[in-house]
Amino acid sequence: MPETVSRLVAAAVAGLLATACAARLAAADNLASEQDFGLIERGRYLTTVADCAACHTDPASNDLFAGGRPIETPFGKVVSPNITPDLETGIGTWTDAQFDAAVRQGRDPDGARLYPAMPFPYYARMTAEDVRAIRAYLRTVAPVHHPVESNQLPFPYDIRAGMALWDALYFEPGTFKPDPHKSAQWNRGAYLVRGPGHCGACHTPKSVLGGDEKHQALQGYSIQGWFAPNITNDLALGLGRWSVQDVQTYLKSGHNRFAGASGPMAEEVADSSSRMSDADLQSIAVYLKDQPGEKTSAKPLAASDPQMVAGAAIYSDLCSACHAQDGSGVAYLVPNLSLASSVSSREPTSLLRVVIHGARTVGTPTEPTAPAMPAFGWQLTDAQIAAVTTYVRNSWGHAAPALSASDVHKRRSLDSGG
Amino acid sequence: MTLRRRDLLTGTAIALVGNRLAGAEVIAGKLPWTPDAGTPPTPVKPGPWEYFTAAEGSMVEALVDRIIPPDPQTPGGKDAGCAVFIDRQLAGGYGHHEGLYNLPPFHDGSIQQGPQSAKGPAETYRAALAALDRYCRSQTGNDAGKGFVQLAAERQDEILRGLESGKIKLEGVDGEKYFKQLLEDTQQGFFADPIYGGNRDMCAWKMIGFPGARYDYRDWVTRHNERYPHPPVSIAGRPAWTPGKG
Amino acid sequence: MARKLPARDVAIVGLGWTGSILANELTDAGLNVVAIERGPWRDTATHYAPNYAQDELRYRIRHELFLRPAQTTFTFRNKHGDTALPIRTWGAFMPPNGVGGGGVHWNAETWRFLPSDFVLRTHLTQRYGAPFLPADMTIQDWGVTYADLEPHYDRFEYLCGTCGTAGNLQGKIQAGGNPFEGPRSRPYPNPAQQQPFGPTLFAKAARELGYQPFPQPSGNMSQPYRNPLGVRLGPCTYCGFCEWFACANYSKASPQTTILPVLMPKRNFQLRDNSEVTRINLDPSGKRATGVTFVDTSGTEWEQPAELVILAAYTIFNVQLMLLSKVGRPYDPQSNQGVVGRNFTHQTISDCTSFFDRSKFVFNPFVSSGAIGMCIDEFNGDNFDHGPHGFVGGGYMGQVQTNGRPIETTPVPPETPKWGAEWKRAVRDNYQSTLKPGTGVHGSMYSYRDVYVDLDPTFRDRLGRPLARITMDFHDNELKQNRFLTDKFAEIFQQAGAQRVVKEYRQGPYDITKYQTTHLCGGAVMGNDPKTSALNRYLQSWDVPNLFVMGATAFPQNAGYNPTGTVGALAYWSAAAIRSQYLKNPGPLVHA
Repeated sequence: MPETVSRLVAAAVAGLLATACAARLAAADNLASEQDFGLIERGRYLTTVADCAACHTDPASNDLFAGGRPIETPFGKVVSPNITPDLETGIGTWTDAQFDAAVRQGRDPDGARLYPAMPFPYYARMTAEDVRAIRAYLRTVAPVHHPVESNQLPFPYDIRAGMALWDALYFEPGTFKPDPHKSAQWNRGAYLVRGPGHCGACHTPKSVLGGDEKHQALQGYSIQGWFAPNITNDLALGLGRWSVQDVQTYLKSGHNRFAGASGPMAEEVADSSSRMSDADLQSIAVYLKDQPGEKTSAKPLAASDPQMVAGAAIYSDLCSACHAQDGSGVAYLVPNLSLASSVSSREPTSLLRVVIHGARTVGTPTEPTAPAMPAFGWQLTDAQIAAVTTYVRNSWGHAAPALSASDVHKRRSLDSGG
Repeated sequence: MTLRRRDLLTGTAIALVGNRLAGAEVIAGKLPWTPDAGTPPTPVKPGPWEYFTAAEGSMVEALVDRIIPPDPQTPGGKDAGCAVFIDRQLAGGYGHHEGLYNLPPFHDGSIQQGPQSAKGPAETYRAALAALDRYCRSQTGNDAGKGFVQLAAERQDEILRGLESGKIKLEGVDGEKYFKQLLEDTQQGFFADPIYGGNRDMCAWKMIGFPGARYDYRDWVTRHNERYPHPPVSIAGRPAWTPGKG
Repeated sequence: MARKLPARDVAIVGLGWTGSILANELTDAGLNVVAIERGPWRDTATHYAPNYAQDELRYRIRHELFLRPAQTTFTFRNKHGDTALPIRTWGAFMPPNGVGGGGVHWNAETWRFLPSDFVLRTHLTQRYGAPFLPADMTIQDWGVTYADLEPHYDRFEYLCGTCGTAGNLQGKIQAGGNPFEGPRSRPYPNPAQQQPFGPTLFAKAARELGYQPFPQPSGNMSQPYRNPLGVRLGPCTYCGFCEWFACANYSKASPQTTILPVLMPKRNFQLRDNSEVTRINLDPSGKRATGVTFVDTSGTEWEQPAELVILAAYTIFNVQLMLLSKVGRPYDPQSNQGVVGRNFTHQTISDCTSFFDRSKFVFNPFVSSGAIGMCIDEFNGDNFDHGPHGFVGGGYMGQVQTNGRPIETTPVPPETPKWGAEWKRAVRDNYQSTLKPGTGVHGSMYSYRDVYVDLDPTFRDRLGRPLARITMDFHDNELKQNRFLTDKFAEIFQQAGAQRVVKEYRQGPYDITKYQTTHLCGGAVMGNDPKTSALNRYLQSWDVPNLFVMGATAFPQNAGYNPTGTVGALAYWSAAAIRSQYLKNPGPLVHA
């Protein structure tokens, strides 16, 4: 009903203005939603859940939602567009329907397909009402005049028509369907994870074309030079040894008794999950803890392996000062390596990165400490880094493939842009 | 065992330090951090003398080998690298009073007022080594014309004792003060981390049972009167860090 | 001409312990605060990490974490008539530098002063009569009592996670703690650290002699800790690289590990590092500070206007800034008039080196923390009758062995040659079987008319400002005190079974080249009388009421303890007065 009213009002207003342009029309089209505090407030919250600001705000300028942030994709860089209500350079002229199409179908107002750097395959699960709430909120933020050329992909990826194929392969439209056999809490968690939270965008393995490998949902993926670990309930590689409360605490504070968030997850916690409600975080935790992982039955390397021997020496001399001789760390301060999934994941991206370059965990209002891991890349040779990482990947219950000096060398080259 | 000097010189870490020194900053709204942040040390390069002339170098090797003589268990000052240590220190900031208050006027004061020399240690060494050599060569008798290096160990010790007590005066240099400085520098080189050129193979640490750059003795606090069993570690590591060498 | 910056509510000079506490308290009160720090930004993992922080040459010998004398220094002389000369390289004390200040490289010994220390002149005069005190001794009461400060001691200890065993809980003496301490409102936030062999042996001997030994209160964590601000510390790993070094594993209390993670992200806080405040600016009346002027590394001069100025630099730099800015009347030792520079003190420390049978004793001296150790307090303050001894003051003593770092700690019997084969053998033979505390006897230094700070007439810093000049010598009272304490200390090691105890008494004249703690105190002391104090009981300048001066600068004389606990308590005490009284009605909090 309200929507109908708003459209009627819009039409009437348009009719009165002889010189009305399309922009004015579109603005008027959304007048009603701007009057609804409840809707705006819900939209603000969902915008946080969906972490729109992360991509649509350039950290260099800090103009909220004004776009311009380059985003790495497997094919090259795309630059996030301006989604402030600016009429010329933002989305001020868009109708609610156009906005919904962009968010849930990956189509721009001209009908062209968006690159899946925009996680519309996840947002497609959102309800129309939630998308409208986000739209209502975005209409209230300060308009910023900031032209952005989004498409900077090299040939042939700059041809958006190719996206049709992509969509056909990977895009499943349709809002989230609750599972009647699961609790309301589980279903809320599922909605948040698969929908606005778009956890799989980082945590689900991707095909060469960047589409989700759906049978491996949430089982971990390397992205932006980090490994987003397995967040299924897998005992060895995932959250199997974390309680629901541990997951919830981690998302809220960036820390729990086992781990601390750094890299892209630190940003996610700071901008999104630390600002979500405890109830929603608990729902997410309940859902994730119910996701089966892959079954692994690897055996750890023998302690007598030369890499393990050298790794144990390095670990004992360098790492134990913080992580303790048994890898147990310090709750909420130093990650427990025996329970850190990034240690034993197939892809050692994060592990190597953190050892070579160091990392700072996120500081949040509940856990402000933001402890950091120092860089060891200046001190250890490739072979030594390979040894110590192989050692932690095969100690305290972990069993993961050994790393070689050339793995380390490769990581160093990639990180230095080589 | 060796640190990756190439990385140290070309890495971001050094660039960061440079930026820090470049200017004052306003820091607000964050706890600053960047990847590769750190201020790791620069290990000395093996190779030729950086400050000493060849003659000075052999003289200092002879001197440090009397200050810390070799014995069957532990190398002496020379083989421990103390001369290399002193050379690299003199070539660096220490040699020319870097960071110290070096504005005039310079007056001698009481002992309690501390050193007041405008000369840095590098200059002092150069003058003192030349003066000591002149002193040795000016002696008569069996050792007539011999430099310090050519003298027998007993005679070298005698000269050092003379310097220490002030009985032997050097031309243009306070020999007693210089000897004190040489002693300090030698012993520092012997016990400092091997990355600075002395304490080769952590020989001094092994001699006394100091475990070096370790950082975790939690398991040992309450193990009273029990000898700590693990070998020393340098900032550059130890042989066991290299696969296949442990 | 200085460039003018936008005004702030508060300008804080120095971001060490007190600067951080004040910044956090005043930003919590909603004020817009800028801290201006002479040294660089510093943080765990970034600037000190467990893979290179344990470098004795770099940090202990070459002083990397400290202020460089080239940036600024002091001049020193023993007596009023002497010519002072510049301290060209640090010796007797180590001026801190950079964010975190001395909190980065302290040992974290976190003591409270005795209740009688705060009313020293009254207490001693009542007990012994005024003639018992030397005529030129200028000790005085603080204007604040132990009871006033107790809640603030408590706050600082809970901020730091201080580890210890309470000796006096709300007036009830507790076994295992210091029975002489003032009453605590609650126990220490963390249990005492575990003790290695040396301190354990010392404590046993002390008990056998009838003393009541207790673990030194420590800011090195005995277990993981979360402070009331939500900031976490890890457990100390007894690495033996504490004082002179920065802690690389978040286990030593410092501004970095207790406050800065909360302070730095605040929107109403800003830090300017590598910026040296050159003066406090006053309005034409000279009674009101209008802000401060500072110079950045390029030499550019900036004016930072502020409603409230807090001096939170190292003791003597606070005094120097007051003298340079003409705040308060400079002290004149001839006329005994004036207050800025008056009652300057240090600490009276000494040691014993105790050699044990090397076939029976292995001490592993490298297994240690900065504030480890077992102590006794029987001879501190006025815990014993000074009547028969002819001196006042005292100190704690203990087996407080903070390291086995070999450049610094390779004790040999005194008759050993300083070099050669015999020296080498002695070093090897005694390393594991000798006890040598960093500071075994930690005695008070009381204030005297002829020990003070003023501006040097000759020497200037790189910016052309006169250096502060220290005139200091030991007085008989302190040397007697030290002889008495050192003898008592040695008895305990003899009782512990040492084959030989070598006493190293503190002897005059005061020597600027010999390290004797960094506990410089006084120079702008607090009190109840503006004729004998520069600050009132809330650390507020009597002369310029919108200027507060933190730190040991305010101590009228130094007690027989490490000062940081009291420095922290005074900072919270002052911050509470600013928040609850000054902000409501800016002006003098005490009317003289």
